[in-house]
Amino acid sequence: MQPPRLSLSDEASAARVILSGTWTLAAISPCYARLSGELAAQNRGVDVGWDLDAIEHLDSVGASMLWRAWGGGFPADVALPDELRVVFERIRAAGQDGPVVRGRGWLDWLAGMGGLAEAFWRNLLGVLALLGRLVLDAGHLLRHPGDTPWREISANLYKAGARALPVTSLVAFLIGVVLSYLSALQLNRFGADVYIVNLLGIGIIRELGPVLVAVLVAGRSGSAMTAQLGVMRVTEEIDALATMGVSRSLRLVFPKVLALAIAMPLITAWTSAMALIGGMVAAQIQVDISYGFFIETLPKVVPVANVWIGLAKGLVFGFLIALLACHFGLQVKPNTESLSSNTTRSVVTAITVVILADAVFAIATRSIGID
Amino acid sequence: MADSPIIEARGLGTCFGQKKWVLRGLDLVVERGEVVALVGGSGSGKTTLLRHINGLMRPSEGSVRLFGQPLFSGDRLADRALRRRFGMLFQQGALFSALTVFQNVAFPMRELRLLDEDLIRDLVHLKLAQVELKASDAELMPSELSGGMIKRVGLARALALEPELLLLDEPTAGLDPDRSEAFVKLIKQLHAELGLTVVLVTHDLDTLAALAAHVAVLAERRILAYGPLDEIMQIDHPFINGFFGAQRSRIALERGRAVP
Ligand SMILES: Nc1ncnc2c1ncn2[C@@H]1O[C@H](COP(=O)(O)OP(=O)(O)O)[C@@H](O)[C@H]1O
Ligand SMILES: [Mg+2]
Repeated sequence: MQPPRLSLSDEASAARVILSGTWTLAAISPCYARLSGELAAQNRGVDVGWDLDAIEHLDSVGASMLWRAWGGGFPADVALPDELRVVFERIRAAGQDGPVVRGRGWLDWLAGMGGLAEAFWRNLLGVLALLGRLVLDAGHLLRHPGDTPWREISANLYKAGARALPVTSLVAFLIGVVLSYLSALQLNRFGADVYIVNLLGIGIIRELGPVLVAVLVAGRSGSAMTAQLGVMRVTEEIDALATMGVSRSLRLVFPKVLALAIAMPLITAWTSAMALIGGMVAAQIQVDISYGFFIETLPKVVPVANVWIGLAKGLVFGFLIALLACHFGLQVKPNTESLSSNTTRSVVTAITVVILADAVFAIATRSIGID
Repeated sequence: MADSPIIEARGLGTCFGQKKWVLRGLDLVVERGEVVALVGGSGSGKTTLLRHINGLMRPSEGSVRLFGQPLFSGDRLADRALRRRFGMLFQQGALFSALTVFQNVAFPMRELRLLDEDLIRDLVHLKLAQVELKASDAELMPSELSGGMIKRVGLARALALEPELLLLDEPTAGLDPDRSEAFVKLIKQLHAELGLTVVLVTHDLDTLAALAAHVAVLAERRILAYGPLDEIMQIDHPFINGFFGAQRSRIALERGRAVP
């Protein structure tokens, strides 16, 4: 196999380019840059003749390079064996009309912002529509209780609820320890050690517990829900369900939202308890507050309203996380890129919305549960 | 180098799990320029054999040589160079769903890190034209394509690097008869124009008859018979009788009709 070669001969008046060797991708690869440079140089001459008789093999890569050097047409003077002409005819038939590549404009950032605003608006409408669907589903279930997807609800309760307990308790316990340790150091300076119970009780039950659970559950169960629905979109399973007359909102979205709305207050209670235990252990070690005193004082200094606020937050956060996760899951376009970006979006949006909702809670309940 | 067969499988065996032999003692030699149709019952290991040939799976025993070279030489660069010499069309197309048709076909070319974008654009349009797709289809996403178009884009991508060997897993399965006839014509034409070696898995007797290929019958975990279609049809074996039964009777029917 001869390497591709290009040589010049100008014995007579007209210059001729003589090509020889194997002009295939494999043979061209080692010397691509040199060859394309040499070909481009030939193009500057006015009327060069081309001699392709000595070419052994030509594939479409080699032919395309030559075609490009010829400026997209046969040169006037060319010696071309018939079997090679076929290859060029194929290129000619393919045409050269490429897709138009749009350049970047200096106002693109404005269009980008507009796009963001539009995406926000579209998602808001989408979530509202999904919410409406769920209300309709709930109405349907009231009239036809037999249609209730019990199995799905229970499966989701187990997956998003029970299976989340180990990780949330570990994280909560450790955070309780750290929080208690740091606060105890500060309170100790003022001789206000006993107030550690008030601080931890109100802080964890009312605020930290629900938000901590929401962040963990959004990352753990929210992403799983989005990915599951997204893959079902990619593999057309959702369409298959629809053709069987199974409502996707009733069978897929409703159980997830309901299960998480039920499970989250329970996980929240559990997590808050774990964090308090962590705090109690650290308080005993650090400032010598006995377990008995801690447990006895807690109900006295933390009004029970705080527990209800914490549980209500859990319910609302769970509902929001599942709703957003399902919304983004159903919006996945049938490709892998959209699947991954929507999963990210689902988690980030859920956490942001949870924190916004928490702020709303803080304002709405500012006069409740704090003496 | 020119003399060594394109594919040479010797004593190939595949074992899934403990004792489930899917292939055992399989020999297959494919010479340059042949079109070989691999037929066999469902679950007989056709896809598995193809996965050995394209190096996705290491056989449990025996070896495969492509173009006279071993598939798993241990040398990364040599292995990569070898894999660029064949193209594969997967049963489901296996297009990259996040990339457009154009980007799918351009992908292997860009992976070479050699050709410039202008040339790649020309080549992609050439490949698309070769598989009879319009230039306007280039910007579509795989999810916007019909079944037949997916197969053709997959074929264009398999042809991207000017392969010497083309592996097709059930290229016509799931296409309607018109489409599958057009696809077979396309493969036949590409074979004639480019001088490719083609190995295809098929269930479809029409495809088989139209390509007038060599046939390799995969049964009893090995290549039971290998040769031109006419010869294969003469063999008396339960699987071959069952598989070609309809075809035989139809040919007989056509002969009967041809006689005035
Ligand atoms: N990864 C795997 N693990 C276990 N068994 C497999 C695996 N892949 C294929 N098989 C089995 O090997 C046999 C052959 O499969 P395959 O090659 O896909 O058949 P086909 O001829 O229909 O393409 C089947 O019985 C299948 O169940
Ligand atoms: Mg198969």
